[in-house]
Amino acid sequence: MDFQFTEEQEEIRKQVHALCSRFPDEYWRERDDTGEFAWDFYQAVADAGYLGITIPQEYGGSGLGITEAALVMQSIAECGGGTQACSSVHLGIFGLEPLIKYGTKEAKDKYLAKVLSGEIHVSFAVTEPDAGTNTTQISTFATRTGDGYLISGRKVFITKAKESKKMLLLTRTSPYDQVDKKTMGMSLFFADIDPKAVEVRELHKCGRKSVDTNMLFIDNLYVPKEDLIGEEGRGFYYIIDGINPERILIAAECIGMGKRAIEKAVQYSKERIVFGRPIGMNQGIQFPLADSYAKLETAELMVYKAAWLFDHGKPCGKEANIAKYMAAEAACEAADRAMQAHGGYGYIKDYDVERYWREARLFRIAPISQEMVLNYVGEHVLGLPKSY
Amino acid sequence: MKTLVTVKRVPDPETTIRVKPDGSGIVTDNIKYVINPFDEIAIEEALRIKEKQGGGEVVLVSIGGKSVTEQLRTGLAMGADRAILVLCEQPLDSLAVAKLLTKLVEKETPELVLMGKQAIDDDSNQAGQMLAALLEWPQATFASKIDFAADQKSATVIREVDGGLETIGFALPAIITTDLRLNEPRYASLPGIMKARKKEIKEIPVADLGADITPRLTVVKMAPPPKKEAGKKVETVQALLDLLHTEAKVI
Repeated sequence: MDFQFTEEQEEIRKQVHALCSRFPDEYWRERDDTGEFAWDFYQAVADAGYLGITIPQEYGGSGLGITEAALVMQSIAECGGGTQACSSVHLGIFGLEPLIKYGTKEAKDKYLAKVLSGEIHVSFAVTEPDAGTNTTQISTFATRTGDGYLISGRKVFITKAKESKKMLLLTRTSPYDQVDKKTMGMSLFFADIDPKAVEVRELHKCGRKSVDTNMLFIDNLYVPKEDLIGEEGRGFYYIIDGINPERILIAAECIGMGKRAIEKAVQYSKERIVFGRPIGMNQGIQFPLADSYAKLETAELMVYKAAWLFDHGKPCGKEANIAKYMAAEAACEAADRAMQAHGGYGYIKDYDVERYWREARLFRIAPISQEMVLNYVGEHVLGLPKSY
Repeated sequence: MKTLVTVKRVPDPETTIRVKPDGSGIVTDNIKYVINPFDEIAIEEALRIKEKQGGGEVVLVSIGGKSVTEQLRTGLAMGADRAILVLCEQPLDSLAVAKLLTKLVEKETPELVLMGKQAIDDDSNQAGQMLAALLEWPQATFASKIDFAADQKSATVIREVDGGLETIGFALPAIITTDLRLNEPRYASLPGIMKARKKEIKEIPVADLGADITPRLTVVKMAPPPKKEAGKKVETVQALLDLLHTEAKVI
């Protein structure tokens, strides 16, 4: 058993911190206020080579694992950028696996370098208004036409669609009621977000204002057959591989955000004098922070265990799900307690913790709700009957 | 141009430093170590010189235990070409450091040695000057701007001195020590970090250099600075003047 990060992993963490130190709290506060996408942060991350950290070296990436990707995400969140920072780069850090594993050489040669350089952004368009977690029920449909497809339908909660030129788009190519197995008959496209056929409507949300979340109205979007990823009908299987790594990265992000919140609260409660002593002297302040820190550290162990398993090609569904569950709970609680420790100032934007509080809350819902994680553990780990 | 850059491993300036109860040194448990910030500026400047001149070599040099590898690796990740680590576990004073560096300069024959103006741990601010004296090379300390002549045989340095800025010209080879405003060091890129893994860190046992490193200084005692006492409020200017005279005894 080895719980030690390698020298190189430590260096990555250190250098991500150095990069992020150029984007202080004020920067993210301002983004949160104006909603302007963090272009210079995004470009700095791209220029430093972190996009494509998991992309194989033959395509210009660094060919590292989810462990390193998770370290990058945790470090970014730890530095105060929270989900605004993490989500702005998430898909470049990890998310193009379907294209890398199942895409044609032409497509990879054409697009991967541009993703690495930060030139093109990519969205992940799977979720639909009527088919949330129940992905097999999606109704966006791709109809064959000559040498391509015409796609129509609606997608929801699509991150960064306003910046993106391309999207990994999951559609049905055979209707749900005409396939033997419900996970069949779906196809994955690396489609253009062509403004003539795709209307992008931003949704206004509780936090993470500078990274847009959108509703997509797709009306007869033409996609050439070269942009079909892998085989028609097998798209669901191409995206399912990415689910565990995504949960690991989100969990790492939660750990970073939770730790940052605690750090802020510790600093504040050392300095804030009430009744003639720092409030951090009171166990009523100390214990919740210490308890949260313990929970974050414990969840972090599960994050890196899951990452290690994934990187060693071992099953990690249980660990990735539990990591996401525990990390999201720990982060939400940590942010809430950090706010409480700040008293009235915690509710004031200048103190940043309310931003973490709003942002961390997302991860009890996304990318999968805590309840669905418990369903997974109940059914697939404990062997109880399926409850839904 | 071949540049030798010195790198010292020091406690992170953001770490809270505690003195050991017996005053023999600082508590080193749980201390994070970094490259001396002035040395980081020296590395950055060496890299910029190399990039601007479109060639040359940046060689890092450090003296210390194996743990210094961590800081050298960071410097290599920033872009330095290779590193030399003089393995030495005993604490060294500035003169010993300068003597060891003299030996290395004789071996490596660089055109330029770039050093931090001082290390933020003991703040001696001597090694650069001593090295210049031992080598009988020109020195330009506290540099805030460095320019080279087209033939790379001489340099002009703007120095930050008490009275303002001083510009000096001198022939190479030379020693330049860096001040805070010279540049803002880069952070390493991911490809840089990965390349650093393959770069050479040559280890040389200190005895092999044959320098006299006998300590000439002894640390007698370390003590934290006295705590700042709360001030006093006075009603009138006259009362203030009286106190400055009778109590503070400064006027």
